[in-house]
Amino acid sequence: MMAFLNSISWVAVAFHTLAAVVCISALLVVFVRNIVHAVLWLAVCFISLAGVFMTLDAPFIAAVQLLVYAGAVCIMAVFGIMLIRRGHMGETNLFNSQVWAGGGMAVLVTVLSGVLSFRIRYVGSPPAVPENTVDNIATLLLSKYVIPFEVAALLLLVALVGAIFLAKEVKAGADSDR
Amino acid sequence: MVEFAMHNAWLVPLLPALAFVIIIFLTKPWQKLSALVCVAGMVASCVIAALAAYGVFTNHEFTEKPLVYAVRWFSMPGLSIDVGVQLDPVSAMMMFMVTFVASMIFIYATGYMKGDPGYSVFFSYLSLFGASMLLLVISSNLLEMFVAWELVGLCSYLLIGFYTHKISAREAAKKAFITCRVADFGLLLGLLSLQIVFGTLNLTELAEKVSHFEQYTTMGILTLITVLVFLGPIGKSGQFPLHVWLPDAMEGPTPVSALIHAATMVVAGVYLVGRTMFLFHEVPSAMELVAITGGFTALFAASIAITQREIKRILAYSTVSQIGYMMLALGLGSLTASMFHLWTHAFFKALMFLGAGSVLHALHHKADVWEMGGLLKKMPITGYTFMVGCLAIAGIPPFAGFWSKDEILLAAFDTGHYVLFTMAALTAFMTAFYMWRLFFLAFMGEEKPENHPHESPWNMTLPLVVLAVGAAAGGLMGTPWAPLWQEWIFFGEAHHVEPNYLIMLGSVVLAGAGIYLAYTLYCADQTKAKAHALAEKYKFFWTVSYNKYYIDEVYLWFNHTFVDGAAKLFYLFDIYVVDGIIVNGLAAITRLSGEGMRVSQTGRLQNYALVFFLGVLAVAVILAFTDPSTAASLTGGAK
Amino acid sequence: MLTLTVSLHHYLILAAALFGIGLFGVLTKRNAVAVLICIELMLNAININLLAFNKFMTPNDFIGQIFAIFVITVAAAEVGVGLAIIIAIYRNKLSVNLDEIDWLKW
Repeated sequence: MMAFLNSISWVAVAFHTLAAVVCISALLVVFVRNIVHAVLWLAVCFISLAGVFMTLDAPFIAAVQLLVYAGAVCIMAVFGIMLIRRGHMGETNLFNSQVWAGGGMAVLVTVLSGVLSFRIRYVGSPPAVPENTVDNIATLLLSKYVIPFEVAALLLLVALVGAIFLAKEVKAGADSDR
Repeated sequence: MVEFAMHNAWLVPLLPALAFVIIIFLTKPWQKLSALVCVAGMVASCVIAALAAYGVFTNHEFTEKPLVYAVRWFSMPGLSIDVGVQLDPVSAMMMFMVTFVASMIFIYATGYMKGDPGYSVFFSYLSLFGASMLLLVISSNLLEMFVAWELVGLCSYLLIGFYTHKISAREAAKKAFITCRVADFGLLLGLLSLQIVFGTLNLTELAEKVSHFEQYTTMGILTLITVLVFLGPIGKSGQFPLHVWLPDAMEGPTPVSALIHAATMVVAGVYLVGRTMFLFHEVPSAMELVAITGGFTALFAASIAITQREIKRILAYSTVSQIGYMMLALGLGSLTASMFHLWTHAFFKALMFLGAGSVLHALHHKADVWEMGGLLKKMPITGYTFMVGCLAIAGIPPFAGFWSKDEILLAAFDTGHYVLFTMAALTAFMTAFYMWRLFFLAFMGEEKPENHPHESPWNMTLPLVVLAVGAAAGGLMGTPWAPLWQEWIFFGEAHHVEPNYLIMLGSVVLAGAGIYLAYTLYCADQTKAKAHALAEKYKFFWTVSYNKYYIDEVYLWFNHTFVDGAAKLFYLFDIYVVDGIIVNGLAAITRLSGEGMRVSQTGRLQNYALVFFLGVLAVAVILAFTDPSTAASLTGGAK
Repeated sequence: MLTLTVSLHHYLILAAALFGIGLFGVLTKRNAVAVLICIELMLNAININLLAFNKFMTPNDFIGQIFAIFVITVAAAEVGVGLAIIIAIYRNKLSVNLDEIDWLKW
């Protein structure tokens, strides 16, 4: 029994399970008719993706994924939906008129990407993954990639200000401090 | 002096041309001065021409070898044209005749055109015409002659349409120009063919080459060329079927009619055929054509003249008929007879036209002969000189016309063309008839009370007298007993013929019969009723003759159907094809394609995203599967 | 494809599938928020690709992971701004139906 258990590549099992969950939940995100349900399935998808990232030896990214995506983004989406609520929630996530064209397009793109990815050949076997990923990432972020880091911070600031301004309530008769 | 005139004959056309320039640019505001310049130019040319003619006619060598002065006009590879003067008996005679008659007519015009606002311009046109005609006469090169030919056509247009306020005058001018243009097309083709085939248009060189034309071309092509060349004279000299412009050209002032459409321009066609006799001589069928055309025209025009009412129209048809005689003579091979008749005709026809002008001047341009009468008493000089002209044209000896007409009849009889001889004789009878009909109706009989005729001033009657002398005595140089003319002007070799007294007698009898018939019908008042009764009896013939055989109507129909029809066709083509299909079609294509493509601008984000991804897909596919470097980098270039 | 070792191809196929699903959603959903969350799916597919290449090609450089961090950052910012825009549009038109938002043609 232990030999059997040891012979199974748990990474592979984990990967395939998580990949299945990702795909199914992504499909559900697109196909459910209630937008809130869609967002919930999105959260499921993100969490599974965090697991996939773990199998890719990127624990830090997995954590960030959970924090940012599954936490913040989904909540933001729900907030947005709540602010835009109108009528019958069950009919809020329908398909538009170019369903079949879009579907064909998506299939084509997927097939192309798949074909191209199959044709990839790389030489030799990859080197081993270092143990301590977080340390290395931190060092790199603040030394070699410090400029993109700072720029990203700036970007977030701008996005914040922009979002606040765009979504501000316009009071009647108020042209406040212009 | 004579030597000077002969070697500087180029002055002869130059002086009137100078007069034209001076009048147009300098003396236009002063009428009398302009007239003086014009007359002086032509008289000076006349003097030089007379001297040159004297020089030519006293030196027999010029009949064999003409005196030619030429300069190179232009030369290109394969083509070189000389222009210059050629003095031989024919051209010297023509030169003198043109300048002399023109001088008389110019003097006449100073009186006739008095009071007209365009007085100076008229004289400038007359000078220009004089210059062009003289250039035509002394040309040594057919191209130069063609240039002058067109110039005289232009002057004719300007002068016929001189009364620009009259629609009929403008129409007549156009008709003259267009009819001549149709003919000149043939002439131009003929000249071009001559240049291509023989390589030269110089008269003397061409004469040399055509005499052995087998080296250059076939008889068939030569016939074609000759017929094409003959088309020009058909138009310019008013032969059937292009005679239609001559009667309408009477819309111009009478000096114009006298000068251009009687004495000089219309005989340019005859002159051309005479000058190119070496060409026609080689092509017997062309000669037949010339003779038949001439003979037929003579008879045809005379048959129209016997019913016409306007004085100048009768004279115009008479001109057409007489030129027919000249062409007939040429076709029979007798350059002598043709030129002789040209010479005498210039005098008596110009005389009669000037006389008619005098009458019109006196009666304030009333032209219908049935409204005239008894003018002889009040206008003796005009009347008697006109009578001299009528005697001359009828062919009564010893007046000029008798001798020249006799030459032509003789030529027809001697060469065995009995049909043409009969036609010519019949025409002679009709000529006498209609001319004396005119005389009796206008000058004899009772005066109409509403007319107040008076004799014309001296500057109009003097030319009449001078020309009458010419009409009376001008033929005496060509009588069979003193054949001066025949010795100098001939083609081939001088031929002295025995006088054929039978023909002479016959022509006099015919003329006399014509005059008598006219007398019985038109002279006394009570017999004018006879004339009307006769017209009623043969009403069909009378109507056909009076309406000029409806030829004008036929041409008009032809024009309306084909020319206007073609114009209408092109108009429709323009509207429907060019406008409709091409222009509007292009616009419609633009608009419809725009409307079609507008649909793709939906404004919807997802539609745009679809197209965007389609593009990305296309680019990726193309790059990945066709471009090797991209394919390598996309698929396997990783380390 | 249930091989015992998971290689690069597996991850790439997964990423391609996820990308396709996300693309399908972007092109065919009526609700603007749905389009936004489908864009997130696409971005995540990209992240998978980056990390897969990072692990199997250059694990020592960590370039893929850092790139993935930035992708996540930008995606989050973009969702925020996007939602703000949608809210602003909703205030004006009272609808988030992308079929009705067609003013790009002007």
